[in-house]
Amino acid sequence: MTTQRTTRRRKQAVAAAGVVAALLATAACGGGGTDEGGEGGAAGFDAANNKVAQASEAKKGGELKFAAAQDADSWDTTRGYYGFMWNFSRYYARTLVTGKTEPGAKGAEATPDLATSTAKITNGGKTYTYTLRDGVTWEDGKPITSKDVKYGIERVWAQDVLSGGPVYLKDILDPKGEYPGPYKDTSPDKLGLKAIETPDDKTIVFNLPAPNSDFEDMLTMASAAPVRQDKDTKSKYGLKPFSSGPYKFQSYTPNKKLVLVRNENWKPASDPVRKAYPDKISMTFFTNANDMDQRLINGDYDLDANQTGLSPQGRTTALKEHKGNLDNPVSGYIRYAVFPQTVKPFDNIHCRKAVIYGADHESLQTARGGPIAGGDIGTNMLPPSVPGAEGQKYDPYEMAGADKKGNVAKAKEELKACGQPNGFKTTVAVRNNKPVEVATAESLQASLKKVGIDVEIDQFDGAQTSGIIGSPENVKKKGYGIIIMGWGPDFPTVQGFGLPLWGSKYILESGNNNFAMIKDKTIDGLFADYVTELDDAKKEQISTEINHKVMEGGYYLPFTFEKFINWRSNRLANVYTTDNYNGTYDFVNLGLKK
Amino acid sequence: MLAYLTRRLFAAAVMLVVIILVVFCIFFLVPRWAGVDPATMFVGKQADPAAIEAVRQKLGLGDPILAQVWEFFKGLFAGRTYVGGGDVTQCSAPCFGYSFRNEQAIWPVLTDRFPVTLALALGAAVLWLIFGVAAGVLSALKRGSLWDRGAMVVALAGVSLPIYFTGLLSLAIFSYGLGWLDAQYVPIEESFTGWFGGMLLPWITLAFLYAAMYARITRATMLEVMGEDYIRTARAKGLREPVVIGKHAMRSTMTPILTMLGMDLGALIGGAILTETTFSLPGLGQAVLKAISDKDLPVILGVTLITSLAVIVANLVVDILYAVIDPRVRLA
Amino acid sequence: MTELSKSGAALSEPVKDSPAPSAFLEVRDLKVHFPTDDGLVKSVDGLSFTLEKGKTLGIVGESGSGKSVTSLGIMGLHTTGQYGKRKAQLSGEIWLDGTELLTADPDHVRKLRGREMSMIFQDPLSALHPYYTIGHQIVEAYRIHNDVDKKTARRRAIEMLDRVGIPQPDKRVDGYPHEFSGGMRQRAMIAMSLVNNPELLIADEPTTALDVTVQAQILDLIRDLQKEFGSAVIVITHDLGVVAELSDDILVMYGGRCVERGPAEKVFYEPRHPYTWGLLGSMPRLDRDQQERLIPVKGSPPSLINIPSGCAFNPRCPYADVPKDNVTRTVRPELTEVGSQHWAACHMTQEQRERIWTEEIAPKL
Repeated sequence: MTTQRTTRRRKQAVAAAGVVAALLATAACGGGGTDEGGEGGAAGFDAANNKVAQASEAKKGGELKFAAAQDADSWDTTRGYYGFMWNFSRYYARTLVTGKTEPGAKGAEATPDLATSTAKITNGGKTYTYTLRDGVTWEDGKPITSKDVKYGIERVWAQDVLSGGPVYLKDILDPKGEYPGPYKDTSPDKLGLKAIETPDDKTIVFNLPAPNSDFEDMLTMASAAPVRQDKDTKSKYGLKPFSSGPYKFQSYTPNKKLVLVRNENWKPASDPVRKAYPDKISMTFFTNANDMDQRLINGDYDLDANQTGLSPQGRTTALKEHKGNLDNPVSGYIRYAVFPQTVKPFDNIHCRKAVIYGADHESLQTARGGPIAGGDIGTNMLPPSVPGAEGQKYDPYEMAGADKKGNVAKAKEELKACGQPNGFKTTVAVRNNKPVEVATAESLQASLKKVGIDVEIDQFDGAQTSGIIGSPENVKKKGYGIIIMGWGPDFPTVQGFGLPLWGSKYILESGNNNFAMIKDKTIDGLFADYVTELDDAKKEQISTEINHKVMEGGYYLPFTFEKFINWRSNRLANVYTTDNYNGTYDFVNLGLKK
Repeated sequence: MLAYLTRRLFAAAVMLVVIILVVFCIFFLVPRWAGVDPATMFVGKQADPAAIEAVRQKLGLGDPILAQVWEFFKGLFAGRTYVGGGDVTQCSAPCFGYSFRNEQAIWPVLTDRFPVTLALALGAAVLWLIFGVAAGVLSALKRGSLWDRGAMVVALAGVSLPIYFTGLLSLAIFSYGLGWLDAQYVPIEESFTGWFGGMLLPWITLAFLYAAMYARITRATMLEVMGEDYIRTARAKGLREPVVIGKHAMRSTMTPILTMLGMDLGALIGGAILTETTFSLPGLGQAVLKAISDKDLPVILGVTLITSLAVIVANLVVDILYAVIDPRVRLA
Repeated sequence: MTELSKSGAALSEPVKDSPAPSAFLEVRDLKVHFPTDDGLVKSVDGLSFTLEKGKTLGIVGESGSGKSVTSLGIMGLHTTGQYGKRKAQLSGEIWLDGTELLTADPDHVRKLRGREMSMIFQDPLSALHPYYTIGHQIVEAYRIHNDVDKKTARRRAIEMLDRVGIPQPDKRVDGYPHEFSGGMRQRAMIAMSLVNNPELLIADEPTTALDVTVQAQILDLIRDLQKEFGSAVIVITHDLGVVAELSDDILVMYGGRCVERGPAEKVFYEPRHPYTWGLLGSMPRLDRDQQERLIPVKGSPPSLINIPSGCAFNPRCPYADVPKDNVTRTVRPELTEVGSQHWAACHMTQEQRERIWTEEIAPKL
């Protein structure tokens, strides 16, 4: 089951995917996998979750076969926003820095790729300087220059032609939007963006108007990849991107098939990141997710390119018969309910807390699919993959602890404090195309009834999310006191996850994601501190603090730290999940056993 | 006969123009009346304002409606060039539009996918005609027999069971379970046997549904035809029973079957969505389903047009076949 | 309900003891019954007659009297099964030129059909296949029984069309039935029936569907052709006028049985059954004026499932009470010879019938 990517950010819409309570039973039985680890076999349950499975068995050669129910939004590095596209783009696009090819949290750390080292940061965090490696080449053998990197980044400004991708770099480097983009650039070399300087072919300097401590994380995104001007086919670039990595496009028919073959001009010595095991990489697109899962299980394909996890049907079979081929990673998504402060009585923190205390967290978790397919009970609003997150250790409302079944007494107390001792009536908004979310709404409705809060469920057109719940005016008009949603980070930092949700500047007339309408000077201030803080330890500290402030405000009722069930074939070696791509497998160094 | 053909062809041509106009209105005008900017529909979701403006410029959405229709018609015959946002996009004739979502002209997508759908529809049609008609004839000739009752129960099942059910069931049994048929699409140019093997299960599944309907209609028509005077005449001539049935009765029975066949084939070419989705066949139905979920309007528009064309052509062929089968039609 | 007479032989005079009769066509005690959900339909219930080559027999009766069923029975078109209906049950004997058809191999009978015996149907528009040309249908009829190439067969078809009086036969041969007028269609149908020079031609209401003016032409044609081909002809009709034109002998059927049979002039001028009188009375004549012209037989034809006991005609017969002891309602009358080769089944005495005919009926006709 693919999900509609209806939130503004689409990265890993993903794990959203299937979650059905039916699984619970199967999961509970636990079913011992018949495939045990060992040479040529499956690595075992969770063997690749935050650790490397069967690294030594990876051999050179073979065809790595991806199956996908959803094509990329675009394979153009500037335009792609799906997480799996960013992950996959590392086969054919290199960036100055990229995520480490290591499992778990390490994967989210930047490591030099085209550049010789991570940034030399000067000028109070406003200047980032990189030097390019020797021997880095395009697929035609010509060297990759700093100008190619600059041109590739400049393309982000051409949103009229190259729409769809993330615009962080544009917002950070040119917040006023002065540069018109390379296609309307009047300078002869089309390199008119002032914020980036290329003193020579090996050096590139970024001059930020204001510091941003996540800037290097943003440079690891595909949209920072170089593009050579003479190979820029503009809007058609995504059909055949010009490769800077170990593989190049051989053929691509959208929604049908994609085939990559070795780029003979890529020099292993110039690339400390990529192992380039397979000879050929193919991606076949399916329309029937069940059919696709079945083929994965049959061994016709190696893994799901979308990394959305198995659909309920395939999951049931796989858990029973092939448990050793499965991993159960955390997706980076948090599933939650949020309380718009503009809708009475949620302007009062006590009424918000009444809902948080009144909810039966275990029942919500069950509605999400239970501990395996759904995830652990979410106790706060920072995904475990984000630095500074504490997971269930930070549980201010005892959601996974003493009050996991809800605490009616505390809820009633809060109601009294709110001035609504007899409870109140409100409406919960839920996307009609997400059965699991509807199930959580019903669970919430049932448990809140016990504390006297009467909840009416309004299922809205899930395809119109940004116009319905993304419009604060509409939310107020409809009286949506509770909105059920989910969110995953574009890049695993508190900024990448939380700024659009909690920053007061991010309240928009339409396409709004700050549903709670948080205008908290402390939180805004913490974000300001965060972007100027260059020390990782301190950044983590601020992240933790922001999370605490959000939780203390009682704006959110988290349901789960989402997990999903991911399939890897018996043929796959050197498999591991990475926090860089929300707990999905790191594609770039997957190998095949022989 | 010639006059008949000319009339039919003319009617088909008029029909096609009308359909293009109607489809165009649905996709370009109705959103506007409904207060939706068509440009946003053409960019897809997540549209940057600059991208929307560029598309508006590219498609000339600010121009008067008639000019837009004219541009579209002209594109069909002379090709089109979209200019906007410093980017120039060529769409050579016949230009059925351009998908800015996938950066593809629609026509190549249609020509790429049409053969798959056509092969699916035709292959299934051959199967269902053979088995459906044969079963119907046998049922009619042995009316009330065990065979007849059995066949009609199976036919009822076939008609009532939706394709996604029979499709998934047959996949589960024959493909995943027994492993007899690997229902995986392989392009015909890669391997004929692979292609044939991959198409077999979709064909059978689709044919099962239709064979059921055809068996029922054949049986009913056959029963009616067998009571006709000219069948008695044929027997009175001393014709053998197989000739009486196979020649004299079948020819009349074919008329309603052909009507159905024309409509079904036409509809299938645009609408084998369920089958194509179930078996992951890269045909038109899959493309349109994808386009709907991606809100890729130009593709939907293109497929709608090509489907209308298919229905019209199928009906034209049926009209001609009618005239071939039934001489009385030629006068009409 | 009356029990059937045990002895078929007693029913009618022409039955002979020898199994191979000398007559060209001999029907002996033919019964055609159709089982239905409502009961057994006795469409023909013990019919016997003979026919010689070159002679014409007219079978007359109302619809439902069993005359068409008889013809289909001879042709063997019941045994091949009416699909969707229950099969007819046939008994008795049908001898055609020394062969008993009911017990013969069905495929042998099939080979006789169209060659030895052929049939002209009532409505040529529905009896001809609308999708095939006239020529095709005639050629097909010819080639089943003659091993000739298509060209020869086509020549034969044109020749036959010419023979039955269709103008421009070489052109019309490629025409479709719907392109022919009613009379022309029937001529084509006749051409098809005669293409194999059949020894027995059965014409089932050959003129009913046609205009009055065309009727006479078709009847002339049949008569001429019979003379030319020397076939035995059975004309089945409800119209005594038609048989008057054509027939040597007449057989009047009522309720699945023969009520009177004899040479045409006898049946016409000395009919000895009240039903025949009724038919004659209902026959249109040009020499009489409008008011008295039609004296239809009162009442409706009998149910073939519950045939009235005694004389089947008794409920409609104005003279049912003439015989004593209610015998008309209890005893089925048998065919008795009332003159030379002239037979009738009536309980009234010869004298009674003669008197009624000459005194009451004939003057009104």
